[in-house]
Amino acid sequence: MKKIDTKSVLLVGVGGQGTILASKVLTSGLIAAGYDVKMSEVHGMSQRGGTVTTQVRFGSKVWSPLIGEGEADVLVSFETMEAMRCLPFLRPGGKVVVNTYEMPSLPVLSGECEYPDGIIDELKKRADTLAIDAVKVATDQGMPRGMNVVLLGALVAALGVDDVDWAAALKSCVKPQFYEANLKCLEAGLKLASPAA
Amino acid sequence: MSGNEAVARGAWEAGVTFASAYPGTPSTEILENVGEYKEINAEWAPNEKVAMEAAIGASMGGVRSMAAMKHVGLNVAADPIFTYAYMGVNGGMVFVTADDPGMHSSQNEQDNRNYAPFIKIPMLEPSDSQEAKDMFRDAFDISERFDTPVMFRMTTRVCHSKSLVELGTRREFDAIPYVKNRAKFDDVPAAAMRNRRRMPERDRKLLALSNDCEYNFAEYSGSKKIGIVASGVSYQYAREVFGDSVSYLKLGMTNPLPIDMIREFRNNVETMYVIEELDPYMENQIKAAGIDCIGKDKIPAIDELNPNIVRKALLGEERKGVQGNPNLVVPRPPALCAGCPHRGFFYELGKRKDTVMVGDIGCYALGGSEPLSAKDLANCMGSAFSVGHGLSKAFALSGQDKTVVACMGDSTFFHTGIAALEEVIYNDSHLICCILDNRITGMTGHQDNPGTGYTLKGEPATIMDIETIVRALGVESVRTVNPLHLDEMKKALDKAYNEVREGPVVLITRWPCVLKKLSTEDRREFRVAPAQCTIDQKKCIGCKKCLSTGCPALSFDKYERKAAIDPMQCVGCTVCAQVCPKQAIVKGARKA
Repeated sequence: MKKIDTKSVLLVGVGGQGTILASKVLTSGLIAAGYDVKMSEVHGMSQRGGTVTTQVRFGSKVWSPLIGEGEADVLVSFETMEAMRCLPFLRPGGKVVVNTYEMPSLPVLSGECEYPDGIIDELKKRADTLAIDAVKVATDQGMPRGMNVVLLGALVAALGVDDVDWAAALKSCVKPQFYEANLKCLEAGLKLASPAA
Repeated sequence: MSGNEAVARGAWEAGVTFASAYPGTPSTEILENVGEYKEINAEWAPNEKVAMEAAIGASMGGVRSMAAMKHVGLNVAADPIFTYAYMGVNGGMVFVTADDPGMHSSQNEQDNRNYAPFIKIPMLEPSDSQEAKDMFRDAFDISERFDTPVMFRMTTRVCHSKSLVELGTRREFDAIPYVKNRAKFDDVPAAAMRNRRRMPERDRKLLALSNDCEYNFAEYSGSKKIGIVASGVSYQYAREVFGDSVSYLKLGMTNPLPIDMIREFRNNVETMYVIEELDPYMENQIKAAGIDCIGKDKIPAIDELNPNIVRKALLGEERKGVQGNPNLVVPRPPALCAGCPHRGFFYELGKRKDTVMVGDIGCYALGGSEPLSAKDLANCMGSAFSVGHGLSKAFALSGQDKTVVACMGDSTFFHTGIAALEEVIYNDSHLICCILDNRITGMTGHQDNPGTGYTLKGEPATIMDIETIVRALGVESVRTVNPLHLDEMKKALDKAYNEVREGPVVLITRWPCVLKKLSTEDRREFRVAPAQCTIDQKKCIGCKKCLSTGCPALSFDKYERKAAIDPMQCVGCTVCAQVCPKQAIVKGARKA
């Protein structure tokens, strides 16, 4: 096993957004590169339009599959407001990758409250934040549903793990006919988050 | 591999040939994965009691068998297992209870470890996927060697966490031929008493095993100032926080508790903490044995743990994360999906006055939230009709003028709802019973059931038709409707409100779950044409009527004062279009 301190990634979104596929590619890549990896996800009721979180931890030896507040190195949020909700899980100095895609929740629909404005600006004030219009980026690559893979690309760039073959990991997790389009999304995401870009 | 996949692998390696379960988070994927192994006959049972009984029968018949369920499922299955504990096994028999600390997807967080000493059977508790696989495999040896069913206790974070697992091979298990043995397997009182009197001897042998088994061990790698006793995922949290700086007593077999081993560990450390989720299950037994320890004085007994909670409780340290701005966050409770067939039912029901709406366990539990607001109460699987029966009787007996409407899903109806409907019919209840038949077990992620026409293995099965069953039970007022046609739904409810004055009424809504992969029969019956609805901005007057359907694909543009539809989510069910007073919403092109 590789000798590094355990790193933690928190993926958050709304049920049905494809966080599970993104975390599957992430863990496959890390395992293939020789890390000890643990991942924790929540199934069932909360998947139906509620907040969903997936935690991925990797390093030389990982004990807990779960993290608490202040323990995530990178927070990637598939939906704008969920990034703010889960921000306390980010350690000081950690990075945020956030999708500028807004999904109103039930209380917003029923008029009890309004979807908050200015979340991205607030996030930027509080943490090193990269905001991505992942739906647009994915659409530009010819696959609107590939927004999860765009975000994954940005996430792995932010993680700074450079010994993983992400293309191979992606290939092992998607159907062959979707691989090319997904790869374009992954590369687009990587490029957006790379320091040179 | 997730803990659930690992259990399935362990079953395969142990030579299991019969497995049964009723789906329930966080246990569902166990049987789904067991079903992937061609050597194992894996089945969905209508409920947990039936699953447990089927596994007991298979064990009596001489093969290795298993059952799996969520924590509350064991309440349903408690009856047969208490008695099978008296009898002992023929082929090894192990069942999984998957508890849900923190109630991610459950109505309570009962700590099922308490069942093991109550049933008087051994209990194993894995802390990660590798242990889940190995311990599940070995549990069958324990079952046969000690002539007892074995309880395998997991929790959400063990079931749904993935970690690396080293695989083994399958050891075929030669069936033990069945021999008639009434003294063992016929539970008449005389035989049961003889079996009961033999159990203390088995308990003593199991205690000796617990004190000397590979799954219970001390680790004195660190300082002996602090010693930590932990089992399950709590051990991983303790390890995360304390690393190699303290000593551990890691327990994998937690009934009977290895009291001698715990006493020895206590003598070797200065202060001993017990870190466990939920009840002080180990702590109470340890203290009852006269061994001094610190547990629930520090560690919370409510909700699930994580490393931060353990750190704060024992070290007084708190990790602070980046501060969010709470003003920029609004709640996001779970919601019915865009296109969910239940929406039409709840939309029409929610408008009714003087109605008490009884819900049940399933996706339709979400019908109670604003803006649909179509639920007053719910208790447990299959309880809607029976609780509704009691309510309607109470209202009649005390002169409260209210109509009671109770609803449950198709799988819940087959689970225990049929018995509840018998109660309604037999005791002449003035209750509107609704069966929301979406052609699948929805909330747990689409498992087949007796109504869908397929088995767990995907093989064709007899389709049990709900309307035929209801009529056979003796209800005359039965109607099946398409809940996505609001007019039809409304008329059916109007009629039901009239007819319920005479006696029980059954309404069946029948349309497949929007996420279901349709079967051949579904495609023949339902004309599903995925498309999208769009809003004609010129016609929209911004009245927000469409938003009252609670569809997550809808939103309101507060600057333009118009409603909007998210094309990523809309499937064109047209419920919003039917409520729009200006016909501003139209079903458009086929969904890409």
